[in-house]
Amino acid sequence: MVTVEQVKEQMAKQEYKFGFTADVEMDVFPTGINEDVVRAISRWKEEPEWLLEWRLKSYAYWKAMKEPKWANITYGPIDYQAISYFAAPKNKGTGPTEMDPEIKKLYDRLGIPLVEQERLAGVAVDAVLDSVSVATTFKDKLASMGIIFSSFSEAVKEHPDLVRKWLGFVVPQNDNFFAALNSAVFSDGSFAYIPPGVRCPMELSTYFRINAANTGQFERTLIIADKGSYVSYLEGCTAPMRDEHQLHAAVVELIALDDAELKYSTIQNWYPGDKNGKGGIYNFVTKRGRAVGKNSKLSWTQVETGSAITWKYPSCWLEGDNAQGEFYSVAVCNNHQQADTGTKMIHIGKNTRSTIVSKGISAGFGQNTYRGQVKVMRGATGARNYSQCDSLLVGDKCGAHTFPYIEVNEPTATLEHEASTSKIGDDQLFYCQQRGITPEDATNMIVNGFCKKVFNNLPMEFAVEAQKLIVVSLNLEGTVG
Amino acid sequence: MAAMLEIQNLHASVGDKPILKGIDLTANAGEVHAIMGPNGSGKSTLANVLAGRPNYVVTGGTVRYDGRDLLTMKPEDRAREGVFLAFQYPVEIPGVNNAYFLKSALNAIRRHHGEPELDAIEFLQLIDDKLKALGLDESFTKRGLNEGFSGGEKKRNEIFQLLTIQPRLAILDETDSGLDIDALRIVAGGVNSLRGPDRAILLVTHYQRILNYIKPDFVHVLVDGRLVESGGEELAHELEKTGYARFEPPVANVP
Repeated sequence: MVTVEQVKEQMAKQEYKFGFTADVEMDVFPTGINEDVVRAISRWKEEPEWLLEWRLKSYAYWKAMKEPKWANITYGPIDYQAISYFAAPKNKGTGPTEMDPEIKKLYDRLGIPLVEQERLAGVAVDAVLDSVSVATTFKDKLASMGIIFSSFSEAVKEHPDLVRKWLGFVVPQNDNFFAALNSAVFSDGSFAYIPPGVRCPMELSTYFRINAANTGQFERTLIIADKGSYVSYLEGCTAPMRDEHQLHAAVVELIALDDAELKYSTIQNWYPGDKNGKGGIYNFVTKRGRAVGKNSKLSWTQVETGSAITWKYPSCWLEGDNAQGEFYSVAVCNNHQQADTGTKMIHIGKNTRSTIVSKGISAGFGQNTYRGQVKVMRGATGARNYSQCDSLLVGDKCGAHTFPYIEVNEPTATLEHEASTSKIGDDQLFYCQQRGITPEDATNMIVNGFCKKVFNNLPMEFAVEAQKLIVVSLNLEGTVG
Repeated sequence: MAAMLEIQNLHASVGDKPILKGIDLTANAGEVHAIMGPNGSGKSTLANVLAGRPNYVVTGGTVRYDGRDLLTMKPEDRAREGVFLAFQYPVEIPGVNNAYFLKSALNAIRRHHGEPELDAIEFLQLIDDKLKALGLDESFTKRGLNEGFSGGEKKRNEIFQLLTIQPRLAILDETDSGLDIDALRIVAGGVNSLRGPDRAILLVTHYQRILNYIKPDFVHVLVDGRLVESGGEELAHELEKTGYARFEPPVANVP
């Protein structure tokens, strides 16, 4: 007879499929951070003077700041001098055909072919390995429509004016401790610009991979949707299994001008650590979008299954009149994973609307916290927000926590908040079994039912991936009919 | 021919507490057995033990189903082999579509028997008249499984599943409790439509009321974990008049 206890045990034995390392020859900086390291990164990347100055200023901010401690997570001290801040493959070549065959093999194994002909139609990929982008597909096709999609480093070289104009526009250098660190040492990431009136014909995606040991990954993504344009963007992330914790501190900035729509989806599957909580990625990420234009729309969808620690609040500043913001999230904490995640919706423009749907799943000893802020500024007449925060518990050693903050300075605003906590119980499993369904399939069904509203919001190809990933994270693999 | 269900000297505990203290019962295909008894006599325990509920521990005796040892089978295998329990308190599973759940269950059972799975259209055709028979409209299938259902709706959903799955052995655990007279009539009609020579029904109930609509072939009285009397339909009428008092164990003399 299978009980929740046994399903739980199975979950504890989860395996991380992406835990292998690749034998790629790397240039790795010695550990530690100081001004010279910041200069060395900039030099290695052959950056213009203004960007070096920007980095050094960020470093100065960071040095004066303290690591934030308000989140509902516990972890040992991070030794910022024990991390290497830059790692790049020695021979990345200039395209998939010339690159180190080990790199190509690595991405093949991850299921991300970098040769365009082999690629899923309709998805352009930028592949970032440790600190640098190793390949970007479909660049030429997109360029013919005026769409810029490239690695961040390349954008700095080829479109310096655009980068200079928008870098830090959404997340200022001194926004927070981790954003300041990122601004000082950011390595690579993706850059996308969609010109006015253009509807991007394919999903843009970045695949982030940490490979080297003892290195941090500090990527930076900047996406600008110009007037009347549309783009849907997806990021995926994995890392090898290592006993030490590794730091990942990214910054993502989104900008939507008048009538533009920008959709950003994340499937985050960094190595979560083993079942005893050893190893795993510390994921401290600042993601924010500014819907500056009227009638603009920003939409965040995230499926967070990896990382030992997740600290992440993809947010929307709704500045233009009638601007819309959305946040759809599924966060899974199994074994000893901890997540403190949520969103901020700041209503500034008139008739701005926001929707928050957060689904937290806790299993094993996992601790899942939703932290969200809805703020309506004076003058944001007719602003509306709907928030829904649901938690699902599997077993009795995990936890779910909800911290909604609401601040309304505008009497015409309408806010709704719904929250629930439920538990996969022996009774539910037995009920399903009594109808002929195995406990593993039943758990899968219950979890997917719980996440449905978020998955519906993902691009189709990735909704299926996300479902599979949840099954793997909760170790229900091999049971899906 | 062997009996469909053969229970011999069945003992079972919940936690440390012995509840069933030696049950003997034989049910053949085509028969309807009513099991009646006062609160706490072990009726629901018997139903749950037959379905294989965790934490209901069999401490003695045997149960054979079509000649096989039922007690060693996993709950899902019992279900796939045709044992169906209509729950006294059906659970809610939010976000899992009612029709999707039932289709998954039905197809799991069909796979087990080497039958082809039904696709969405075939399934909808199959359930159409069953919904009508139970006075349910289509929107019922689109809701989350028992999510926010009233007590009566939950019971009707159990019978809807019963009619769709068409099990060989149907165990109804106090399906009548909490139903008003109209709902009771509809539910009883559903159960009656299932009667047939290949099927046995165990009707667990506290009240005689439902037996006005579903005529049992046999009535058994369960008191303190034992079947103390068996008879025909008339036994139920007698109980209605006299209650269970005469079966209660005498109060022990305290020296």
